[in-house]
Amino acid sequence: MAFENFAAFIDMGGYAAWVWTAYGLAAAALVGMLVISRRTLKAREREFEDLKANRR
Amino acid sequence: MHKYANPTQFMRIANAIYPWVAGLCLLLFAAAIPVALMFSPPDYQQGETVRIMYIHVSSAWLMMMIYGIIAANSAMFLIWRHPMASIAARASAPMGAVFCALALITGMLWGQPMWGTFWVWDARLTSTLILFFLYIGYIALADAFEDSERGDKAAAVLALVGSVNVPIIHFSVEWWNTLHQPSILKAGKEGVGSSVHGSILLPLFLMMGAFTMFYFALLVLRLRSELLAAKIRNARLSQIAGHSAAQPAE
Repeated sequence: MAFENFAAFIDMGGYAAWVWTAYGLAAAALVGMLVISRRTLKAREREFEDLKANRR
Repeated sequence: MHKYANPTQFMRIANAIYPWVAGLCLLLFAAAIPVALMFSPPDYQQGETVRIMYIHVSSAWLMMMIYGIIAANSAMFLIWRHPMASIAARASAPMGAVFCALALITGMLWGQPMWGTFWVWDARLTSTLILFFLYIGYIALADAFEDSERGDKAAAVLALVGSVNVPIIHFSVEWWNTLHQPSILKAGKEGVGSSVHGSILLPLFLMMGAFTMFYFALLVLRLRSELLAAKIRNARLSQIAGHSAAQPAE
């Protein structure tokens, strides 16, 4: 463990704003891509099922 | 290799490896995040900001790898007309753009406390910004035509022309004087990454692995999505054709 306690971990040696913003943005970007891609996939799956059902 | 150009054949394999890639991605993140944020020591010069490097270098690695994949697929599409190649390139491009933006922004968030500036117009940063614009151009061009095949062709040509930028980004820190530090993963006499301490290489490799697996796992989902979009288009077209056949014009 590189930090003495939890407060030191949050403080990041005085660079908290930079480190946590970078990690926060990275997490938001990855989760965002996952959510958007999955949502699009589900919507298209539904649309395709509807199209198949209408054709019968 | 050509038999994998068949979407059904390709997706059979992609779907089979998907749970393994996704599982490996989760495992790597579960290891990378605590090691990168808590268990690795601060750098003796950069202090705790070195932790930004783990996601910065990983994002930069992916923006380069994804562009390489798009360029290779574009070549395969233009030469052999493989339908799977243009679909893979289309599915990859938005992810490449996001990783490129992430590399630029995390670089700025490191640059301000360490260099004293968010941005300098030096070779590495400028060529990376150009890569971001290439991604945006690719995405816009691929969707600019009614006929998606024309979009595929135009975007593929752009991707191939733009690929000249990839080695420029890679070697920019050697060719020109720049504020950006040289590659830490360069193979030296003592092997890859011999210029940095192992305590920094471990979180870096874990994070790069996690990011890479994330790309491949999400790519499988996005390929399914792109193929479905094509199926929906075809179904609609045949519906219209069916209608006009059932009700012939007077």
